[in-house]
Amino acid sequence: MDTNVILLLLLVPLIGSLVNIFFGKKLGNGSGIIATIAVLISFIVTVIAFVQVNSTKVAIQGDLFEWIAVDRFTISFGFLLDQLSLLWLLFVTGIGTLIHLYSTSYMKGDENYAKFFGYLNLFIFFMIVLVAGSNLLITFIGWEGVGLCSYLLIGFWHKNQDYNDAAKKAFIMNRIGDLGFLIGVFILAFLFQSLDYMTIKEALATGTNHQINTWIGFAALAIFIGAVGKSAQIPLYTWLPDAMAGPTPVSALIHAATMVTAGIFLITRLNFVFDLAPLVQNTIAIVGAFTSLFAASIGLVQNDIKKVLAYSTVSQLGLMFMAIGFGAYEIAVFHVITHAFFKACLFLGSGSVIHAMGGEQDMRRMGGLDKYMKVTYITFLIATAAISGFPFLSGFFSKDEILMVAFENNKFLYIVGSIASIMTAFYMFRLVFLTFKKGFRGSQEQKNHLHESPLSMTLPLIILAFFSIVGGAINLPGSNWLNHYLQPIIVKSTGKAHELGTEAYILMALATAGFLIGLGWAFYKYIKNSEVPQEDEKITGFHKVLYNKYYIDEIYMVIFVKPIYVIATFFRDFVEVALSGTVLGLGKIADELSLQGKKAQNGNIGLYLFAFVFGICILFYYLFIAR
Amino acid sequence: MENVIEIIGIEKYIYLSIILFCIGVLGILYRRNAIVMFMCIEIMLNSANMLLVAFSTFHQDAEGQVFVFFTMAVAAAEVAVGLAILVTIYRNIGSIDIDKLKNLKG
Amino acid sequence: MIEILFYILSTITLGSATLTVLSKNPIHSALWLVVSFFSLAGHYILLNSQFLGMVHIMVYSGAIMILMLFTIMLMNLNISHEVSKPFFTKLVATVAFCLVGILMLTIVMRGNQAYNIEYSSTGEDFQSVSVLGKVLLNEYVMPFEMVAVLLLLAMIGAVLISKKDKTEKEA
Repeated sequence: MDTNVILLLLLVPLIGSLVNIFFGKKLGNGSGIIATIAVLISFIVTVIAFVQVNSTKVAIQGDLFEWIAVDRFTISFGFLLDQLSLLWLLFVTGIGTLIHLYSTSYMKGDENYAKFFGYLNLFIFFMIVLVAGSNLLITFIGWEGVGLCSYLLIGFWHKNQDYNDAAKKAFIMNRIGDLGFLIGVFILAFLFQSLDYMTIKEALATGTNHQINTWIGFAALAIFIGAVGKSAQIPLYTWLPDAMAGPTPVSALIHAATMVTAGIFLITRLNFVFDLAPLVQNTIAIVGAFTSLFAASIGLVQNDIKKVLAYSTVSQLGLMFMAIGFGAYEIAVFHVITHAFFKACLFLGSGSVIHAMGGEQDMRRMGGLDKYMKVTYITFLIATAAISGFPFLSGFFSKDEILMVAFENNKFLYIVGSIASIMTAFYMFRLVFLTFKKGFRGSQEQKNHLHESPLSMTLPLIILAFFSIVGGAINLPGSNWLNHYLQPIIVKSTGKAHELGTEAYILMALATAGFLIGLGWAFYKYIKNSEVPQEDEKITGFHKVLYNKYYIDEIYMVIFVKPIYVIATFFRDFVEVALSGTVLGLGKIADELSLQGKKAQNGNIGLYLFAFVFGICILFYYLFIAR
Repeated sequence: MENVIEIIGIEKYIYLSIILFCIGVLGILYRRNAIVMFMCIEIMLNSANMLLVAFSTFHQDAEGQVFVFFTMAVAAAEVAVGLAILVTIYRNIGSIDIDKLKNLKG
Repeated sequence: MIEILFYILSTITLGSATLTVLSKNPIHSALWLVVSFFSLAGHYILLNSQFLGMVHIMVYSGAIMILMLFTIMLMNLNISHEVSKPFFTKLVATVAFCLVGILMLTIVMRGNQAYNIEYSSTGEDFQSVSVLGKVLLNEYVMPFEMVAVLLLLAMIGAVLISKKDKTEKEA
């Protein structure tokens, strides 16, 4: 039964993907429906499995076959549906279903409509593999697979060279992280002769010594680098904003809600490893906090509606990493879930806006859209409020928990996180105000085109907005359902259930105050003073630095890309010439020799016969006389 | 009838067959006419046959002669196919001069 | 008496074989070869293998040589067609002939001469037709059958090869 559940879960999206990729052209609009249904089936299976696991408290486990067997080192192709992976699967497939539904309208009329859904389904498949794998290698398959799908989907409109470059950038950046992941996998395999999560967990539970702890530290660091690549943290975050080149549903699904949280999933999965490496944990917390602040500050001045959301994603992921760094894995997971809801809602909302604007993404050309797009506006507003930490919405609770943990562990990082939160509130409301309020600033043609999106696009928005409101209920301070739920997974939790004491209330109040500051600032600037961001050329000073993302891309260009180009040019111009000269020279010699040898073969049978006879003579001589 | 080997000696047969074989080799190298070359091949085969028979008598064993039968059969088959090929070549080229057959040129 | 017979036969064999090689006219070559084959048959009979000698005459002189003569006549070859090789080639051919001969003779003479022992016949019957037939059809029945198949295949092959191409006929 267990194996059947796993197979059903895995194969349905895969089959959907294959059908769409190979037969999509013939299906027409049906391909979108097939893809949506495939993910929906996965979602239903997940829900059933979730209900079962939640009541029995026993993880569903199944080995499909033994994959690699070398001496005592064996890796089975096995899957594990425990509390953590089911939680992830729930929102991967759930939000995935909504986004598929949304895409059926959004992508309508695209020439590669079926291929798009094929890739989306493939992504869901790999994400399930990643999340449900019972050992690190299976997870790695999924990890690489989602990277591939991300590449394919970012570069989906491959006729635009910029988009291709963005896709390549995402892929290469991820490769750097993947290398770290692989090194971590190697170290763990070396230490434990196994990559199975459960085996490693049991091995560590029996105790370790100092030397092993050192190696585990390295492994944790390497895996963290992998997570940094996939989850877009400093210094490997630059691919995520560029990844917005893909179609908006892709941004919502992959680059906001699911794939980028894979790093957090992996670290949570291996929490027992990271618990033994406090140094790495501190690094994670610091990297997370600063990524959060850094990305938020860039987000302040961006004018592209999707870029703002991208930087906000990076920022929120930073907060999650901060929570992980403090060992509060449940809280990070909590924020992942709430973030998945409101960020997906935001991206889909922005997609709806872009759809209405006929492809325009610059906020300076928008404004006043609330009159035309009621549903989009309201859902967008709810999600914005949730991400900014409006009291009693989902984001408020999860972010508050993170800040509370930070406050308990490290006051400085608490301040960093709080500033990032204030900035988040500001730029999110800046986004809302610029997009939906005041008068329309676009062209007349665009104005006539404005319309509310169809039901298949607004329905996901409404559902996601609803969950943005109530999503916090899974881990309300005081009840802490999620903490209890995840207890079997997390060995040593520091993010223990927070009592509703004075300190908690003060921190909540402070967070609310921070939210109000951000909101007020944005309101003052863009509603009261009706400011509109300046055109690109007029931006000066620090603003310009921020607008150009601290010139990080340019710095990377100079530090990493240029030297590599120089080396590559050197190799191409000198080493390759030398090598190919040698190789070709050898070939020339053989060629020349054979040309000469060919002359002996002149087709004269008489000559051949002479050769026979003399050959026989030589043979006779050596065999009978010379001996 | 008495055994000739007792009188003549096996080594004379060996020399005879060697010389006969060499004459065959000479013919192969000396002539250009494919049919004559065929005949020379027959000469060489016969020198081997004769040695087989001589040794068969020498060892007083019938097996040597059995092999001579097989050799004859093979020679007959070879001549039949070989002459067929020659006829075809002659039909196509109008000659069986092997110096004119240069299609094996590499 | 037998010795003299052997020498006469050997002279005929070698002489006619040499004439086969050296005759300018292919028909003469063929005829000399027939003479050579007859003398070989004489050798066989001298060696007390009368059956083999008969078979030899039938197969070689009767079948193979007739086949060759027919082919020669079919192609209408005669002396006028014959172009001899250049002198250099002939020289080299002679040198090769001497080389092979000397080499083989050397090998035989250098050998351990296991046959040079005092030889006496046991007088046992080993080569009468009945004995040969028994050996051929008991111990060697499998190769015997295979030779039959080989001959059949050679016949089919010869017919197939020398058959005129249909396309050629049309052209």
